[in-house]
Amino acid sequence: MFELLRIELYKIWMRPRTYIAFAAITAIVVIFQFAFKADGVSYMNLLLQNVQDNFELDKIKVINGYFMCYIILNTLLIQVPILVALVAGDAISGEANMGTLRLMLTRPVSRTKIIFVKFLASFIFTIFLLVWMAVTALFLSIAIFGVDDMLIFRVKGEESQIMQITSDDVMWRYLAAFGYAAIALTVIAALSLLFSVFAENSIGPIVAAVCIVIVCTVVSNINVPVIEQYVKPYLFTSYLVGWKGFFYIGVNSDNIPIKGSIENWPAIRNSLFILMAHIGILFGAAAWFFNRKDILS
Amino acid sequence: MKKGLLLILVCVYANGNLYSQNISQLVEAVKQKMAKVHNYEAAGRLKTNVSFLKVPVSDVTVYYKEPDQVKIKSSRGVSFIPKGVMSINTGSLLEGMDYTIIDGGTELVDGIALRIARILPNNENSEVVLSTLYIDPSNLVIIKVKTTTRENGTYELLLSYGKYSSYGLPDKLIFSFNTNDYKLPKGITLDFDNGSTTPPSSKNKARKGRAEINFTRYRINQGLPAEVF
Repeated sequence: MFELLRIELYKIWMRPRTYIAFAAITAIVVIFQFAFKADGVSYMNLLLQNVQDNFELDKIKVINGYFMCYIILNTLLIQVPILVALVAGDAISGEANMGTLRLMLTRPVSRTKIIFVKFLASFIFTIFLLVWMAVTALFLSIAIFGVDDMLIFRVKGEESQIMQITSDDVMWRYLAAFGYAAIALTVIAALSLLFSVFAENSIGPIVAAVCIVIVCTVVSNINVPVIEQYVKPYLFTSYLVGWKGFFYIGVNSDNIPIKGSIENWPAIRNSLFILMAHIGILFGAAAWFFNRKDILS
Repeated sequence: MKKGLLLILVCVYANGNLYSQNISQLVEAVKQKMAKVHNYEAAGRLKTNVSFLKVPVSDVTVYYKEPDQVKIKSSRGVSFIPKGVMSINTGSLLEGMDYTIIDGGTELVDGIALRIARILPNNENSEVVLSTLYIDPSNLVIIKVKTTTRENGTYELLLSYGKYSSYGLPDKLIFSFNTNDYKLPKGITLDFDNGSTTPPSSKNKARKGRAEINFTRYRINQGLPAEVF
């Protein structure tokens, strides 16, 4: 099993496309950091709008490493599923395309074990992507912008809110958020792997997975009551942004944030369960179809 | 009969004049008391309560230098400091201003008969339209200030005094102000809907905000570096 995993990881790291993901993340992060270093105050003016009429605020302090990472993740975690699909969508179809699938399946290893190892390799790749994101978006931003209290800008129902998290209460939230993102992105890996089982080349499953993510993300963000009520709860993309829940801090009756609290943990927990159920169903389906896949014709 | 009527009229006029003089003298006495403070540095805790802001209590340092320089700095972290709270030095409210004082009578607040002085700036372009001071005549301190401005609405200051009352400096102040509704365009933040709800609010409604500063210590008349301001 470990040997199989080692071979799968070796194959992933030997493919040039693997590094496209890391290069893309680096490029996006560096561009963001440059833009905010050059003129982050303009962006802050947009977010603060009429708040500035009533309050004085040191905007330079607000544009710190923690805030930067949140802004970058807000953008990146919509694009990263595409990068995960690039690798996971190639797992089986890539073998079929190169003609190595038959050879691989002639070895005395069960198909379930093979697909499980491929799924595990995709999961490890996803973890590496997230670690790279943490290094560039969080730690590099901290090195450039420093640390301070973090502001979260949020639209909640009909209201907009600004939440402040003290600097000593942020890091564990990022740890939890990256953990959540790992599970969310594994759903994409499982989806891409499922499509990969049916295809003879990598393009089809990658494009199919990406299209599903894009369409569902767009639908998830249509703020029309009928969509919000009847469609959104059934789209897995609605739960991909659940990592933000760790930054929605709970408040007391005086509207003062409670350090170490989360506004609605049950909602995050339920989202995690839904995502894990998706992983189970998608991987189960992939294994089921892979076990019945005709490799002779 | 005519003499009697004339006497009554003179008495009424004299009493009214005396009363008016008294409020001016009272305001002047308060001003004189506050004039003992040339500068100060005060440490305090700022608690802001505005519906759209979820911000923690923060440690702030308030700097004042006569005649009217006030600066509030957060000791650590980010602080939302209400703009009008800069007028916390009530002494500077009267400083260098050409105004007319109107006696607003007396009001009983917490068992203390407070004298009300309405301050009307004589300059018609003044940012302040009207300030109403509620003065404790026995301690010569301002307990409440209601100020109406041209640009920044109406705000109110409530002051409580303790060991620094001899300087006219409060131990606690509550600042109430009007604030606009805060709206972010939908979609800009791509939020996670965690199912929690907020009470419905009427659109474009002007809201009340509140800031409270509890002062823990003052350093009075020990000089302040110019770079603070």
